[in-house]
Amino acid sequence: MTHRGTRVLHVGSLARVEGEGALHLALAGRTVTGARLAIYEPPRFFEAFLRGRAHTEPPDLTSRICGICPVAYQLSSCRAIEDACGVTVTGQPAALRRLLYCGEWIESHTLHVHLLHAPDFLGADGAVDLARTHRTDVERGLRLKQAGNAILELLGGRAIHPVNVRLGGFHRLPTTAELRPLAEQLRRARDDAQQTVRWVAGFDFPDADCDHDLLALAEPDRYAIESGTPTVMPAPGTTGPARDSDRALPTRTFPLRAFGDHVVEHQVPHSTALHSRLDGRRHLTGPLARYAVSGRLLSPIALQAAQDAGLGDPRQGAVCRNPYRSIVVRAVEVLYAVDEALRIVDAYEPAPSPYVEVPPRAGTGHGATEAPRGLLYHRYTLDPSGTVTDAVLVPPTAQNQGAIEDDLRRQVQSRLDRGDAADAELTALCERAIRNHDPCISCSTHFLDLTVERAGNC
Amino acid sequence: MAPHDRPRPKLAVWKFASCDGCQLTLLDCEDELLALAERLDIAHFLEASSATAPGPYDLSLVEGSVTTAQDVERIHHIRAVSRRLVTIGACATAGGVQALRNYADVAEFQAVVYARPDYVATLATSTPISAHVPVDFELRGCPIDRRQLLEVITAQLAGRTPNVPAHSVCFECKQRGTVCVTVAHGTPCLGPVTHAGCGAICPTYGRGCYGCFGPSDSTNLPAFVPLLHREGMDTLAVVRVLRTFNAAAPEFDTAARKELEP
Ligand code: SF4
Ligand code: SF4
Repeated sequence: MTHRGTRVLHVGSLARVEGEGALHLALAGRTVTGARLAIYEPPRFFEAFLRGRAHTEPPDLTSRICGICPVAYQLSSCRAIEDACGVTVTGQPAALRRLLYCGEWIESHTLHVHLLHAPDFLGADGAVDLARTHRTDVERGLRLKQAGNAILELLGGRAIHPVNVRLGGFHRLPTTAELRPLAEQLRRARDDAQQTVRWVAGFDFPDADCDHDLLALAEPDRYAIESGTPTVMPAPGTTGPARDSDRALPTRTFPLRAFGDHVVEHQVPHSTALHSRLDGRRHLTGPLARYAVSGRLLSPIALQAAQDAGLGDPRQGAVCRNPYRSIVVRAVEVLYAVDEALRIVDAYEPAPSPYVEVPPRAGTGHGATEAPRGLLYHRYTLDPSGTVTDAVLVPPTAQNQGAIEDDLRRQVQSRLDRGDAADAELTALCERAIRNHDPCISCSTHFLDLTVERAGNC
Repeated sequence: MAPHDRPRPKLAVWKFASCDGCQLTLLDCEDELLALAERLDIAHFLEASSATAPGPYDLSLVEGSVTTAQDVERIHHIRAVSRRLVTIGACATAGGVQALRNYADVAEFQAVVYARPDYVATLATSTPISAHVPVDFELRGCPIDRRQLLEVITAQLAGRTPNVPAHSVCFECKQRGTVCVTVAHGTPCLGPVTHAGCGAICPTYGRGCYGCFGPSDSTNLPAFVPLLHREGMDTLAVVRVLRTFNAAAPEFDTAARKELEP
């Protein structure tokens, strides 16, 4: 045998992702035998301590799972508990929930696009380093991020862990006069967002392809954000003979209350983190999935930007399966969120009441929304007094983990097929493959510690 | 030396069990971030940069609580390489929301979440950083306030005491001219016993303070809790509001235990 034997590559702390994780790659010669996004974020037991809490409390409590997407947690839990209690929020409070969520998409996606992900394409260590060579781009990113935060601060009281969300709506609604200055800022942000799509579309994208099933919420009449029905776009080749990664196959849907029958979590001894499968197959949630499922419903300006950026026309069935291009899809989603936020602000009229009452009753409720990183599902069971007796939270990164590891394996293998590579090059490749998915490691409500794997390799 | 030749103070940001919200606050300083980066050497901040430089560090900001055996070792190491160590947020300062495990049977918690709880390595408690190493300053909040963070960084680097008021949220309500939600609407509010710093956000949005900044420096919980009862909160409701994001803060902890006494 001429090639080297077994190699283990271990990166102890993954940078520029939310939360802390490690990556673990095992090679036998030029064959990848194991690729793992290792999670060593210590468990925080949210599902356990939600038991015994009043039904009004999960929105505030679960927001602390993730400082980058607290609104996603607040609104998924509101929807699930309202579902259990038989309440539907409509009218302006519902519109403002969407506006708040747009703020989070703008803030979180912009953080990822400009500060965490773009440095990978431009050979920088991070945003501060990037600012030395691309000052205007970083400044534009900070401005855009600020516009997202401005929505969160006005509507939510603050950008991280907003205080104004409650079951049934909001504690207080803004006045028309309070919202007006936001419109000015959002109009500027729309230009910045368009500019950003053009900027990232010009990056150099490695060839890559993924064949995971894509899972996102869908609504009949708009790009799904704060509600919708789980919809699956199957991987190419699963229903048709030809493999054509740019064309969508027919989608299938299932009711949200059946989520647990379709997305099944299991604990795997080799990785010590909970994985999940969608009807027995590997799946991906997040921007690529949303764009595939709902792309045709983007606003005209976002649709145009997407096509100009080379993503194809989703109205003609174009999908994007290159994980590196997720940065372009994110940028398009930022543009959409800014545009949508403006539409909501312009159409706003204060409602007579900021919320509807959500009286407790016994039952089980389901809620799902599109967190910036993908579909976030909550399920709560309440007793007649409204006390939570059971809680299940399935965050996007937990669902995506299998797909991320598959991308890792695939990209390293295809690199090694072209010849051996040094550890440093493979490490950089893996880190990029992981950051493509913007994994949110601290939102792993029930990931495990990785003591076993770290031993001996650090 | 010209100013730009002078070695810039080295800043490090560390994470323990947390949601990342407090360190994100630093990236949320959009107007100040680049200017700050010119005055400081951001030597270790994994959320923001893959470049890391070895210590010692002039200032370490620590987010998150200690929940594993490795955490204990790591915080000692961080203390050893840090000239000043400042905790940011309720997790690092009071154990955070994950300290709710301190009041439960962790083995049972693990069984609720994991099919194979024996794979999980975790301590039975979530403890603040100060339970393990000396801390130079504790910044309150879940999450911390951006303006306060900037003040603390500036003050620590200048070697002065940060100008962070120790009074209660009530003061900030008065400063803001917000109508008291308890007086006007009978809404229970933890403002009188909660550390200032947020700018009294909740009352301004029409809800009672739920104590996310933890106890203020001179609280009188024994006198305050009966007021919560008067406003309609039963024993369990009082215990729950005290046991939320700062459950392990001594004042909240003592008051909650007292409530549960027969
Ligand atoms: S204190 Fe709150 S905001 Fe800060 S890290 Fe902990 S949970 Fe997140
Ligand atoms: S009013 Fe109280 S609960 Fe609300 S943000 Fe301020 S400290 Fe936190």
